[in-house]
Amino acid sequence: MNDATASQTVPEQTPQAHADQGHAEGQQHPIRIYLWIWALLFVFSTFSYLVDYFQLHGMLRWSLIILFMLVKAGFIVAIFMHMRWERLALKFAILIPPLCLLILIGLMAIEGQHTFVTRWGAFVR
Amino acid sequence: MAQEASIAGQPAPVVGLDGVTADWSGDKQVFPVPWGKAMMWIFLLSDTFIFTCFLTSYMHVRMSTTSTWPNPSKVFSLDIAGHNVPLLLIAIMTMVLITSSGTMAMAVNYGYRRDRAKTTALMLATAALGLTFVSMQAFEWTKLILHEGVRPWGNPMGAPQFGSAFFMITGFHGLHVSAGVVYLCVVARRVWTGFYDRKGTYETVEVTGLYWHFVDLVWVFIFAFFYLW
Repeated sequence: MNDATASQTVPEQTPQAHADQGHAEGQQHPIRIYLWIWALLFVFSTFSYLVDYFQLHGMLRWSLIILFMLVKAGFIVAIFMHMRWERLALKFAILIPPLCLLILIGLMAIEGQHTFVTRWGAFVR
Repeated sequence: MAQEASIAGQPAPVVGLDGVTADWSGDKQVFPVPWGKAMMWIFLLSDTFIFTCFLTSYMHVRMSTTSTWPNPSKVFSLDIAGHNVPLLLIAIMTMVLITSSGTMAMAVNYGYRRDRAKTTALMLATAALGLTFVSMQAFEWTKLILHEGVRPWGNPMGAPQFGSAFFMITGFHGLHVSAGVVYLCVVARRVWTGFYDRKGTYETVEVTGLYWHFVDLVWVFIFAFFYLW
């Protein structure tokens, strides 16, 4: 979001974003950007595959998986889906609501742990 | 923004947080994008909730089961020339889907340049890659059901919830890819026949692209949480 806000306040840095302010034909950006992102997605997919290939374990494995996942997701949404060049109002409307899913994930993690402990106590021990 | 700003003499649009206030309080359409694009974004938002619910329920059953979870690295390995390569098919499927996203992004670009031939070709390439992905998924399912004995209610490797979570999540994603292939073919045909030239805008190609990139986006999360975790 920081990066996006910066691009909004300093449109001169990105000529294509500037052109968008007055475009009549939707999102148009140099093909070069897409090829770059395409290559980067390949690189990061390879990285996450290598995490499994070298059988990394524990926190290192999980943090690397999450890191590469978020980088890839960010590239797809920001560049391929053109979110980077949209107005902040649209960015907020689409990107903020999914944050409430974090509450669901947190609650279900607590609940899952509780179920595990209960099952362990009742059936396994 | 598109329509307003192109009118001569209009002031430059306000950006940043002031822009959010201006967009919502301007007594006008809030999102300055074609309605099809705004609606596609809202549909994708709802789809985000659906897939997150699936992945969250998967997290829940995996955390709460007292049996060991089958090791995906082993379950999804392939034997190539006597070597056991972990997750090989999944890695190839990932690359195929990323490539299809690349061709789709370029199709949107050529659409706005009114290059009908290139747009159609790139969209059909995207559809073909999507079809390749679904075929590989069908192969993976066949292998899992016939050779590994995975069922929605159990499997020989460990926690019985593995099968139901797997078939539910990848099945729903595969359904999205299949629907996307049909969607791409329909729009590609309209591009080829000049429908959007008569309509005067190629924004539908961009909207189709949004859907397709979202399918790729969901796969990024499935790949991380189901196959790698």
